[in-house]
Amino acid sequence: MARRPGDGLSDGADDRAAPSPATPYALPPTPLQGVRVLDLGVVLAGPQAALLLADLGAEVIRVESTQYFPPQTRGIFAHPSPEVVRNTIPVSGGYPNREPGERPWNRFPWFNTHARNKLSMTVDLQQPAGVAVFRRLAALSDVLLSNQSPGTLERLGLGYAALSRENPGLVYVEASSFGASGPSHDYRALGLQMEAFAGHDLLRHYRDRDVSSNTWAVTADAAGALGMALAAQMALYARRRSGHGQYVDLSMIENFIGLIGPHVLDFMHNGRVPRSLGNRHYSAVQGCYPCQDAGGPSRAADRHGRERGHLQQAASQTTNDRWLVLTLPDDAAWQAFCRATGNPPGCDDARFATVTSRLENHDAVDELIAGWTQTLPREEAVVRLRAEGLMAGPVLDDADAMADPHLAARGFFWEIDQADTGRHRYPGMPYRFANAKPGVRQPPILLGEHNAQIYKELLGVSDAAYEQLIAEGHIGTEYAAHIR
Amino acid sequence: MASASPNGATAAAAGPRGPLEGLRVLDLTRGAAGPHCTKLLALYGATVIKVERPRTGDLMRHAGPFVGDTPGIDRSLAFLDLNVNKLGITLNLACESGRAIALELVRRADVVVESFRPGTLARLGLDYAALCAVKPDVVLASISNFGQTGPYRDLPASEIVLYAMGHEMYGTGQPDAEPASMAPGVNLRFAGQTAAVATIAALLGRDAHGRGDWIDVSIMECFAASIDRRAISLTAYDYTGEKMVRLASVQGIAIPPMFNICGDGYFHMTVGQGTWWDGFVAALDQPFLREPRFAPPLTDPLLREEFDAFWLPWCMARTKREIVALFQEHGLPVAPVNSIADLASDPHLEARDYFANLLHPVAGMARYPGPPWQMQGTPGALWKAAPLLGEDNARIYGELGYDREALAKLASAGVV
Repeated sequence: MARRPGDGLSDGADDRAAPSPATPYALPPTPLQGVRVLDLGVVLAGPQAALLLADLGAEVIRVESTQYFPPQTRGIFAHPSPEVVRNTIPVSGGYPNREPGERPWNRFPWFNTHARNKLSMTVDLQQPAGVAVFRRLAALSDVLLSNQSPGTLERLGLGYAALSRENPGLVYVEASSFGASGPSHDYRALGLQMEAFAGHDLLRHYRDRDVSSNTWAVTADAAGALGMALAAQMALYARRRSGHGQYVDLSMIENFIGLIGPHVLDFMHNGRVPRSLGNRHYSAVQGCYPCQDAGGPSRAADRHGRERGHLQQAASQTTNDRWLVLTLPDDAAWQAFCRATGNPPGCDDARFATVTSRLENHDAVDELIAGWTQTLPREEAVVRLRAEGLMAGPVLDDADAMADPHLAARGFFWEIDQADTGRHRYPGMPYRFANAKPGVRQPPILLGEHNAQIYKELLGVSDAAYEQLIAEGHIGTEYAAHIR
Repeated sequence: MASASPNGATAAAAGPRGPLEGLRVLDLTRGAAGPHCTKLLALYGATVIKVERPRTGDLMRHAGPFVGDTPGIDRSLAFLDLNVNKLGITLNLACESGRAIALELVRRADVVVESFRPGTLARLGLDYAALCAVKPDVVLASISNFGQTGPYRDLPASEIVLYAMGHEMYGTGQPDAEPASMAPGVNLRFAGQTAAVATIAALLGRDAHGRGDWIDVSIMECFAASIDRRAISLTAYDYTGEKMVRLASVQGIAIPPMFNICGDGYFHMTVGQGTWWDGFVAALDQPFLREPRFAPPLTDPLLREEFDAFWLPWCMARTKREIVALFQEHGLPVAPVNSIADLASDPHLEARDYFANLLHPVAGMARYPGPPWQMQGTPGALWKAAPLLGEDNARIYGELGYDREALAKLASAGVV
């Protein structure tokens, strides 16, 4: 029989009979209200998957530790020096005002992006007492999400077999690069290796440069987060009828290959090995073209006037870095382009007369297009192209995004006040609901912020036992002295 | 009847199989993002009825590349990929009879997914209110370029336009070149997968609380919220005022580099001179690398030359799989830079039974990517290839009570 989730902190919505649509609610319930998730994620995919469920209303408990600092999760280091911070790109070194602060692990932008709407507890899983605490939590939960390397949880006695014995309804989603089986299942592969293995690198490099020109992207990781969230929810759906949870083995490489299906079929059906088109398109004229204006400054100093470290200076970013993208799928679009640009010489060049000839002479077409875009500020060029109904748009940077009127109108950014960082805007959800009203219930979690709540209220730990767990290194809000 | 295998090899699945068995999805999507969303539901057991315009069908049917490089409405590789496991009917939604039939189909469905331009459903008399009137707890997912509201709502946009406006393209690529996008099709499918997360959530909410919902998914925001650098760079910008820019990669600086050319292509490794340097040296077992002068950090260009003089020929004498196997034995993060051909012959994917055989009556037999994750209690499966145009008209309209004659009348009236 499926366990009943939601005792303790959540409102046990699962136990209620489904109300009729006519029943008014004081507050519309969020879709995943009543679902309890344990977040054992590290780096990106796991914590992001947990965020997706948290934003949709699940109660997500992030299980952390004061004795161990997982790589690239709450920082590069727990206590990064100001010099390290200064010489790191913003996603990893962008602490507020570039200052690590007193508790840098609560101020790390990489972490705080996916840390809201969760609860944080700490426990030392290297100690038997910690494992016992976790097993009690798992017995009370609906979902466990992990992207730790294969075997890690198993070795701690926290594998699916052990936990499902006590909680047959548990949905256990384990994501890894290669999956839990197969000859390469224990291969070590970080995000960049997944992109390489899964075929993405060879499908996206500049056409006129080799694959070593690729700069970093971790699409497999990001898609892996989506896959974990989907797998967990699908398993919950199945559980409603079967009463059982299950184990899900998610290979982020396999999940990514699902995003390049047509390329796979080109090989399987046609025996052709697809090559990168760069920014081009298989059947349309397409590209990224430089515009004239200087736009937002490329900062040699941050907005407080402090000089950036040498790594940032090496960025060799010109100030003329405004671009637009354009797709011209057919003759009608080409003619519209010619009208939009005032019929520059070359528009009626015989080489550009048909779809096929334009593709064959794409380099020359690019020259014509860039010849025009370079004479105009980005916004004006985009407006003129759109006036003819063309698929065109600006290549926006972070500053543009923060000021974007559409994102503002959509309520995309959520303003959140957190104790160690103050008030900031964070990217929210990419979808809206007509009825449910998901929002911010909890700012980006401080380390161990909810220890008392979870240990005492959910797990029923006595005050004396709580103090003992503090003394033994399980419960805390700061990293242990041995952590750098 | 198409034959298939769960994650690849032997037994054939005869119908929808997986955690979503019994779920009925009315699929009004076209293109890439919407169909990928409904495909994920179909891969895991939902019965997905794909509704296409009579005679022309989903525009994606006309998008190349094609099987055998021969255009045909059942030969588009993208269409074949996006529409596995789906039943296919034709229906003209723009006429009154078509609308009535659509509402009848909605009444029998749990979930409706659409990707028309915003406002289209209202014009067709099929908006959320109209659907709720026949099915009060329906889950309607609408996937559009910029969402159902907002100043950009009606702007035309292609995949690269949406990605560029999702603001991470700016920070991707070399500083001395233009910003770079991801591989074609990846971004739109990523958006479709994002939409599926909200769709299943709404379904779970319906089961728990009795009420459906209308989900408004904005593809641009799917990119802006993605954890692949984008969302994090927004947070970092708000914290510091510094935007993500295109940086020269460490390719030219790291020893060894991240991308390395070798006998049959490239491999990628993260060694630099950090955590994994000792393992790297141990794996190579070259005495000169153990000498004190090669202790990190290696900034001396002469030492770099000496390393390169050894490293390049060493790599060129070996295949990427050999090199990866060696370094993995020493616990280093390293992977081959695979082409599609490499993936098709990879022993690990083979052992995992990842590719699944599907037979399509026109396109023929091919191996497809299998279900993206392995659910051990309720596995998903590929059970049929993409539908022919109107392939399941007889069956689905039969369920609604239309016999052959009635169906023929609908067809001649242009409804079907």
